[in-house]
Amino acid sequence: MAKDGFLILEDGRTFRGEGFGSTGLALGEVVFNTAITGYQEILTDPSYAGQVVALTYPHIGNYGVNDDDVESRGIFLPALVVRSYEDFPSNWRATASLGQYLERHGVVGLSDIDTRALTRHIREAGAMRGAVAVGAYDEGDVLEQVLASPPMAGRDLVRDVTRDGAEVFAPAEDDARWRVAALDCGIKNNILRQLTARGVEVTVFPATATVDEILAVRADGLFISNGPGDPAALPYVVDIVKGFLGRVPIFGICLGHQILGLALGGRTYKLKFGHHGANHPVKNLKTGRVEITSQNHGFAVDASSLPAGVRVTHVNLNDDTVEGLRADDYAAMSLQYHPEAAPGPHDALYNFNVFLEMLERRTQKTLGF
Amino acid sequence: MPRRDDIETILVIGAGPIVIGQGCEFDYSGTQACKALAAEGYRVVLINSNPATIMTDPEYAAATYVEPLTLSAVAKVIEREKPDALLPTVGGQTALNLAVQLAEAGILRENGVRLIGASLAAIRTAEDRRLFRAAMVAEGLPVPRAAAVGTLEAARDAAAELGLPLVIRPSFTLGGKGGAVAFNVPEFERAVARGLDASPIREVLIEESVLGWKEFELEVMRDLADNVVVICSIENVDPMGVHTGDSITVAPVQTLTDVEYQRLRDMAQAVIRRVGVETGGSNVQFAVNPEDGRVVVIEINPRVSRSSALASKATGFPIAKIAAQLAVGLTLDEIPNDITRKTPACFEPTVDYVVVKVPRWNFEKFPGADDVLTTSMKSVGETMALGRTFAEALQKALRSLEAGYAGLDANASSRLDAELLPERLRVPNPDRIFYVKLALQRGWSEADVAQTTGIDPWFVHQINKLVELEGELGAFDLTSAPDELLRKAKRAGFGDGQLAGLWGAAEEDVRRRREGAGVVPVFKAVDTCAAEFEAYTPYYYSTYEEENEAPTGEGRAVVILGAGPNRIAQGIEFDYCCVHAAVALRELGYDVVMVNNNPETVSTDYDTSTRLYFEPLNLEEVLAVVAGERPEGVIVQFGGQTPLKLAGLLEAAGVSILGTSPDAIDLAEDRERFGGLLGELGIPRPDYGTAFSFEEAREAAARVGFPVLVRPSYVLGGRAMAICYDERALARYAAEAAEVSPEKPMLVDRFLEDAFEADVDAVADGEEVYIGAIMQHIEEAGIHSGDSAAVIPPYLIKDVHLETIRDYTRRLALALGVRGLINIQFAIKDDVVYVLEVNPRASRTVPFVSKATGVPLAKVAARIIGGKTLAEQGLAGEGRAPGHFVKECVFPFDRFPGVDTVLGPEMKSTGEVMAGAPTFGLAFGKAQLASGYHVPLRGTAFVSVNDNDKETVVPIARDLAALGFRLVATRGTAARLRREGLNVEPVFKVNEGRPNVADKVVSGEIDLVINTPMGRESFYDDATVRRAALARGILVVTTLSAARATVEAARVLRESVPGVQSLQEVHGGVPNK
Ligand SMILES: Nc1ncnc2c1ncn2[C@@H]1O[C@H](COP(=O)(O)OP(=O)(O)O)[C@@H](O)[C@H]1O
Ligand SMILES: Nc1ncnc2c1ncn2[C@@H]1O[C@H](COP(=O)(O)OP(=O)(O)O)[C@@H](O)[C@H]1O
Ligand SMILES: [Mg+2]
Ligand SMILES: [Mg+2]
Repeated sequence: MAKDGFLILEDGRTFRGEGFGSTGLALGEVVFNTAITGYQEILTDPSYAGQVVALTYPHIGNYGVNDDDVESRGIFLPALVVRSYEDFPSNWRATASLGQYLERHGVVGLSDIDTRALTRHIREAGAMRGAVAVGAYDEGDVLEQVLASPPMAGRDLVRDVTRDGAEVFAPAEDDARWRVAALDCGIKNNILRQLTARGVEVTVFPATATVDEILAVRADGLFISNGPGDPAALPYVVDIVKGFLGRVPIFGICLGHQILGLALGGRTYKLKFGHHGANHPVKNLKTGRVEITSQNHGFAVDASSLPAGVRVTHVNLNDDTVEGLRADDYAAMSLQYHPEAAPGPHDALYNFNVFLEMLERRTQKTLGF
Repeated sequence: MPRRDDIETILVIGAGPIVIGQGCEFDYSGTQACKALAAEGYRVVLINSNPATIMTDPEYAAATYVEPLTLSAVAKVIEREKPDALLPTVGGQTALNLAVQLAEAGILRENGVRLIGASLAAIRTAEDRRLFRAAMVAEGLPVPRAAAVGTLEAARDAAAELGLPLVIRPSFTLGGKGGAVAFNVPEFERAVARGLDASPIREVLIEESVLGWKEFELEVMRDLADNVVVICSIENVDPMGVHTGDSITVAPVQTLTDVEYQRLRDMAQAVIRRVGVETGGSNVQFAVNPEDGRVVVIEINPRVSRSSALASKATGFPIAKIAAQLAVGLTLDEIPNDITRKTPACFEPTVDYVVVKVPRWNFEKFPGADDVLTTSMKSVGETMALGRTFAEALQKALRSLEAGYAGLDANASSRLDAELLPERLRVPNPDRIFYVKLALQRGWSEADVAQTTGIDPWFVHQINKLVELEGELGAFDLTSAPDELLRKAKRAGFGDGQLAGLWGAAEEDVRRRREGAGVVPVFKAVDTCAAEFEAYTPYYYSTYEEENEAPTGEGRAVVILGAGPNRIAQGIEFDYCCVHAAVALRELGYDVVMVNNNPETVSTDYDTSTRLYFEPLNLEEVLAVVAGERPEGVIVQFGGQTPLKLAGLLEAAGVSILGTSPDAIDLAEDRERFGGLLGELGIPRPDYGTAFSFEEAREAAARVGFPVLVRPSYVLGGRAMAICYDERALARYAAEAAEVSPEKPMLVDRFLEDAFEADVDAVADGEEVYIGAIMQHIEEAGIHSGDSAAVIPPYLIKDVHLETIRDYTRRLALALGVRGLINIQFAIKDDVVYVLEVNPRASRTVPFVSKATGVPLAKVAARIIGGKTLAEQGLAGEGRAPGHFVKECVFPFDRFPGVDTVLGPEMKSTGEVMAGAPTFGLAFGKAQLASGYHVPLRGTAFVSVNDNDKETVVPIARDLAALGFRLVATRGTAARLRREGLNVEPVFKVNEGRPNVADKVVSGEIDLVINTPMGRESFYDDATVRRAALARGILVVTTLSAARATVEAARVLRESVPGVQSLQEVHGGVPNK
């Protein structure tokens, strides 16, 4: 077992390890995720497009992969980095090993590196560009490529992950109580599951759709999904949302939250190394309750940039970042974290009900289209 | 929510003596709770009968009652102290059950005391298995089919309906006490009867068996704002059917997907809310079917537990401390995370390592005990290790056990019997993990091993990888092994000793080779957050990675080596001493570096030392810590025999040992050298010999004269020690108990029969000696000092002998050059004072002496090591005890059905209690009460003693008669007593016919048993009686000196009711700093 792979960061720090999954070279912003379980959901979360993800929990692969815990149509992240890849899955639902899964999706895996040292480095120096190379690669060449690669700030990755055409997701049972249009910036399946389970019919549009196309389905509400990259690089999505402000209730999650923030006139900024994990405490300022949340974002909404009429509803207790917004005049709400979890705790699922209540109230007031 | 200000004084109930199932984890939790409550400004009142706890140190409470944990004693404390609230959740089952009793007796209401942490309803719903099951069903949570019953008849009906095998689970017990699995009807009936007896409310759950399912635990915390967080998830390597306390466990969960894990998390939240635990930590247990993922809820423990101690140490999250803060109304988001400082405690810790806990058993001390592991716990301690992989952590944990393994190694395999393979895999037992390895080595498939053991294939696979790696290593030797392979082995947790074994090399050479190749460990931090935030008070574990995080060579550091896993003869007392040493040396300005691996302890709490290393206490690991820390030296005298064994090796490796020198330690431990020293000093000891063959043993015995006391050399706690009255017995001993060989010499001592035994704990600084106290043992020499009750001050030793003891103590301490603690055992026979043994280290009795005299000996010793002489500390002469203080022992016999309860030179007790009173009798009576026995004040006494004792028992019997006891005796004893004119009713021995004495005991006709062993012939007979008595909670006295004390206690207790007094009052309000 030779050390046939390495991870190199833009500042030159290198970690040598062993490849698994596919071989090749993968470039991206290197981030770490502190969740212990849920690697399959993380892999299939389109929000990680453009990011080399290092998992801090050392044993990865233990329970293999299965056909259910899938969050999108593929894997969008370029490479996965772990301390100890486990090739032998043990779980009654497992259908393949993680390595086989990565190989099938052409994703490079790197194991046996000191992921804690990497995490500490990123914590101190901030998330940065890097590359994982498995195979015959020269460190110097790869570093050059890293330095030539685009930085995350200013990057539009939504175009890479959004779907091609609209798609309708109907509730499992009976008739839809609501119809919601969703902007797919990289939407996770569990968001769709949560909405449809609550009797919502969701029409998912590519993020490049026009306001008119969306209006045509006469939706009761608009949903803006999670997704990768810099929200400031998405004026075209922000414009759609502006087009809907005040017309129907709006709900945004993660990137969708940042987009709503921008549409409402706020600003976003890049965090040093972001929030990626399943243990972030978020306080609901209305109830005073704390929920343990699943998070995955590198940008955040600047609270001080928000205009009057926009309230911060949730804050992160670790670093006071904005975790939720509400603009009552527009019946718009958003969450920086992932109420749909997958992976992570279910403490925040109630937010989907909050959105439904919003739809309910708005309909009673009969919004005019 | 801010802290509650409607309460001022809070009563905390401790867990009492260390017993199986309730170990020193409750000192850790109680200490944290007391500290936290005091820091919030409350007045803390504490009651706990266990003197060997840190929590009962007077500085942790405003009033500390070392008193029996009985309803009446707690009621007295409540009347005196008028607490506003009672916190019952940090003292194990003992505290929880006492709280229920206090509530039911109306004592809480009458005194206006509120329960905090858990309400009465919540405790009942959690601990009453009937109510719990009903609550789960009401909440729609899945539980196994079951019925709660209170009688055997009802149990039979339930069994008919449910079908065997069945699991019997008593209400209101812990550690699986009284629980069992029954596969057939007789087993079932016996188990139900025992379970009903074990349950304080006489209720058991008869439950469908889910044997073989995967077992999981979640540690959950809830606050008054209804925030619920999961601190840690734990997966049991051993499946359902082995108590979690007897299982090898791993944190976090390894084999569940996020979906499955979150389902458990959701259920755990639902359980804690439904049961109504409003604040604090709870442990929720689940079983998961490996075939299809079906989940059932097993139980909730509505309090901090052994698992929560483990979870705290595994994650860095101080559950007990925060539970106490939540109990007084704070909410999780208001409490900062001490480790990161910046972030709040309201989060879920995440880890970037794997934690493995391995239990430690002591079956070798209980011949005849069944070593099958089942739902009732049998282990006496545990060790925890951290690594970056499961394999690494597992091997480190096995190495930490100090059971002779350097990992999952070959040493163990040589002890195993391949013939037993299928059986020892199928039936859980302490060696099972080694049998797993053996089976794999013998070519069993992973699938077959997993199938036979019920251990998840993932774990079997990890072990198989170790087997394969061991095979790979075996193809090389020390010089030919490639560096990369060496590194790989170390990364998989192989110890140097293990590699040395594989390669037939010396451990030292492996170390050199390894260091030469640059294969050295680094230290990683435990920080609650997987390095996401900077950590301020982290602790460390070693692993083989790139980056080291531990500081190197900062400050004036000293290393204290801890005591490792609890086991009989090396328990909480040594941890207590280590903690004291740490506190004292920090006060002197040192950076104190603690090395230990016992997750239950206060010493492994993150704020006890300056820096903590959670490591095996082996030469390899200690040297690595020393290499990084570059301390002024290492202190070996507080952690019992574990660090003492390392002293010489450390010194040879160039490490300086602080305190008493390794040479002096060797001088005291080496019989020949020590014999020489005593000779020079003119101090007598019993004649002795050392034998390297049976022939030599015989000669030695003939020379010193029978009876002789025999044992293997270098043992603690009287391991494998026996008294032989003749040559036949000696031959049997050599054949059955301890082989004699040139490598394993046997020690032969003249046995001093019917001698008084006394123990001294003293401190010396090289110039002066301070005697903490002289303790007289209640039992005579021959009963291990750890199993004997002891009293301060001595009550039957002549002054001239006390003077001699003082003189010998001073001279020995100075001659040995002791710097720090010394413990000496004496025997007095025929007016001669003999020295039995000198231990140049902390002893089991240091906490007892410290609490009886108000002088904290371990701190004094640590300060001496830190450069402060006794004179500078204002100490000279001898400690003074204001009153009479008795230490009594508790035994685990109730966990080992069928094992004899008789005492001897081999230590068997797991813990101890202490009681103080103005008179000896009262103190002794209270100590009995505290250890769980009532000294009967009237009724029938059964007396049966061996011929040696027939003379001595006469005055005791007379006193009993005078007190109005009816006397019943076996033939010989009865005849002897009749001759003295005593009215005695004869009774059959067990083998003489029926109804015999055992029948009478069983039917409740006997209130006190005085029975000295009659030798091998009547052994089983006697044992039957003693066991019958034990089962009924009847006081059994097996020595005449204890019988005398018991009679004395009965007399005093009839005249006066024992009162309660706090340590602060006893010692005149001066906190013993
Ligand atoms: N229905 C069952 N089938 C098989 N094993 C069981 C069952 N219920 C409990 N056990 C086993 O018994 C052990 C002890 O039961 P538990 O209720 O946890 O007792 P305690 O409260 O004393 O810890 C558990 O750890 C588990 O391994
Ligand atoms: N020569 C002896 N005569 C009588 N009793 C003895 C003698 N030597 C030891 N004992 C008894 O055996 C017990 C255990 O012996 P000790 O040397 O203290 O063992 P350990 O060091 O293992 O604790 C002592 O507490 C004492 O009661
Ligand atoms: Mg329990
Ligand atoms: Mg349990």
